[in-house]
Amino acid sequence: MFALLGPLGRTITRREPARRDDDARPGAVVLSREDVEEIGRELDALRAETVADLGAADRKYIYDVIKVQRGMEVAGRAAMYVPFLPPVWLAGVGALSLSKILDNMEIGHNVMHGQYDWMRERGLNSREFEWDTVCPADQWRHSHNYMHHTFTNIVGKDRDIGYGILRMDPDQRWYPHHLGNPLFAAMLMVLFEWGVMLHDLEIENVVQGKRGWADIKPLAVGWWRKAGRQVLKDYAVFPALTGPFFVTTLVGNGAANLVRNLWTFSIIFCGHFPTGVASFSEEETADESRGEWYVRQMLGSANIAGSPLFHVLSGNLSHQIEHHLFPDLPAHRYPQLAPRVEDICSRYGLPYNTGGFLRQIGSVWGKIFRFALPNALVGRPGVPTVVIERSSGAA
Amino acid sequence: MGQIAAGRPVAPMLGRLVGLFETMATPHGVDRYTELIAPTVTANELRARVTDVHREVADSVTLQLRPTRQWRGFRAGQFVRVGVVVDGVRHTRCFSPCGSEHADDGRLELTVKAHPSGLVSRELLERAEPGLMVDLEQAAGEFHLPRPRPRDIVLISGGSGITPVLAMLRTLVDERHEGRVAFLHYVSRPDDLVHAGELRRLGKALGVTVAVGCTGTPGAGDVDGHFTAEHLAQAAPWVRGAQSYLCGPARMMTAVREVYDGMGIGGNLHTEAFEAAPAAPPADDDVRGTVTFSASGVDAANTGDVLLEQAEAAGLSPEYGCRMGICFSCTAVRRSGCTRNALTGKADAEPDQPIQLCINRPVGDVDIAV
Repeated sequence: MFALLGPLGRTITRREPARRDDDARPGAVVLSREDVEEIGRELDALRAETVADLGAADRKYIYDVIKVQRGMEVAGRAAMYVPFLPPVWLAGVGALSLSKILDNMEIGHNVMHGQYDWMRERGLNSREFEWDTVCPADQWRHSHNYMHHTFTNIVGKDRDIGYGILRMDPDQRWYPHHLGNPLFAAMLMVLFEWGVMLHDLEIENVVQGKRGWADIKPLAVGWWRKAGRQVLKDYAVFPALTGPFFVTTLVGNGAANLVRNLWTFSIIFCGHFPTGVASFSEEETADESRGEWYVRQMLGSANIAGSPLFHVLSGNLSHQIEHHLFPDLPAHRYPQLAPRVEDICSRYGLPYNTGGFLRQIGSVWGKIFRFALPNALVGRPGVPTVVIERSSGAA
Repeated sequence: MGQIAAGRPVAPMLGRLVGLFETMATPHGVDRYTELIAPTVTANELRARVTDVHREVADSVTLQLRPTRQWRGFRAGQFVRVGVVVDGVRHTRCFSPCGSEHADDGRLELTVKAHPSGLVSRELLERAEPGLMVDLEQAAGEFHLPRPRPRDIVLISGGSGITPVLAMLRTLVDERHEGRVAFLHYVSRPDDLVHAGELRRLGKALGVTVAVGCTGTPGAGDVDGHFTAEHLAQAAPWVRGAQSYLCGPARMMTAVREVYDGMGIGGNLHTEAFEAAPAAPPADDDVRGTVTFSASGVDAANTGDVLLEQAEAAGLSPEYGCRMGICFSCTAVRRSGCTRNALTGKADAEPDQPIQLCINRPVGDVDIAV
């Protein structure tokens, strides 16, 4: 038998066939193969129940969100015509920021996950949708929908772990440039939409000479098309349309993009990097069963507790655990699913990582600072260990 | 998305203005904003608003639709695709407009007969009200009256096949067609006859003969029983010199075809089969049929595997990602046929729908645009 899965303080332990209470690590939660498959069955049933219930209410929900978003956008653009009334102009920046946040999170991210494909509306189809950011949708679908959601938190495969520039996990090798971790993270936060755009570039592989112009060119064509239009819209056309207020509109639009960047970075980093979230190795996760994939998604994600409005503004990525279990179910269903997922976790003794925004984001920044330094100086954070007994022969 | 519909000449000034609006609306397109003010105000997308609903006989409903300005009209006999939302899901079905090409207000008339298991037709029968918005596509189909019109014309239809030929009849009457026109229509019971008053009115036009047969009710119609050569001789003794247009159920079409071939005038008969309602998914998952990858021109016998694996086994390399139904990289359009989702167990047979190849298995013959 081959034991596996130790969150952060990972122990990959080769063991003799063991009884459940005969664990290599005292205090570790041990899941038998049957447990894991039963968890998989329960989650499949939860998924099927939700799919069967999708209908007119879900349709109304997403169109209501779209109406609010479009309304915010139009109001925000209009307020740019009255920069001589600072409160109005500021409210405009706020409305435009909210519009972009809703567009990117509750609408764009979720639609591009295929959450509304069942409605068969061309405007809400995952293959055709584009969002209000510089990252082309098709590149994002590759780096996020495929790479990140399939290989969630597998060090070396999931490029969301540090986005190729940050060190977020003790199993990432330390290099001196990681001393700049907090600075790089702050820059990534400010320029987040550009960072997301460059995600598929795999910058570290370009630096190391593993990717050449032939790999980059098709991506660059996409950036030019998509980012070019976004820049033209926010930094030329709308400012020009306000005539004498060109500069204040330019600043207002830039501020809205910045607010959206700070917010999306924070919500997204809270999804996988707070204390207690597990990461995995490629060996551990080779030939996973569906049940094992589900368990990895739960152990590798973290939620943020908050109000219904908070959940909407985070695109329900505050329910990152539910999102990773069911990435293609409409996200506004996650709050309903959360208690049932948490119940499954508690019955099997698995951690269900959730906490208020300040606690989660605080622990994310704690990690950003901590992993700027080599493990020898700061040690490895101790987290509860879950061991999955895999089928014989897996080793 | 967000492109101006090709082929529509717009004045240069207006074109530049629309171009500016498209830039302002990027990446969503102008329609995604205007539709929130009024669903009929669209720069690119063709839609229609239902303006009148008329329920004449049980199980049928006649709708008047006013299309948005993109509508390019139709030729009598053609069909349109109409998209209707049922329980949150937009379903698309083909209907033949049954009004004249020359309807002076540019409206479109559809008569929909509800099948007991017809999702869209039942929805329209039970719930369509004036104000309902539907998606619309431009008219299509080769079954239509040619220009210039043939001098003598025979129209034959059965059941809901009446709609394209009624459009032809009304168009000819509106055009004050100078040749002879005969219209033979079959229903099973007199109560099933839609547009009865309209048919009586049209039958009084100069040179027009209208005859209705009631196949299930002897003595009730103008002609008795199913279609025969005698019916044709009675309604259109001049049929040899005429062009004929036929739309109806398969059995009736075969009977008419035989009569025409027997008379040696099969070349003058133009037909349109009923647009078959999507087949109900088979109860079992027999591994059978042929999988057609139509974009590559490859056919393969159905092995029962998911479509992604069948495509790869056939030597194709469609785009894919997770291979477990989460990333939507392998989505492709199922042109026709039925597939079953391996995760939900749900079968679906609606044509031209995008599906995930990695979690869908073909049930019988399936055509995938890969």
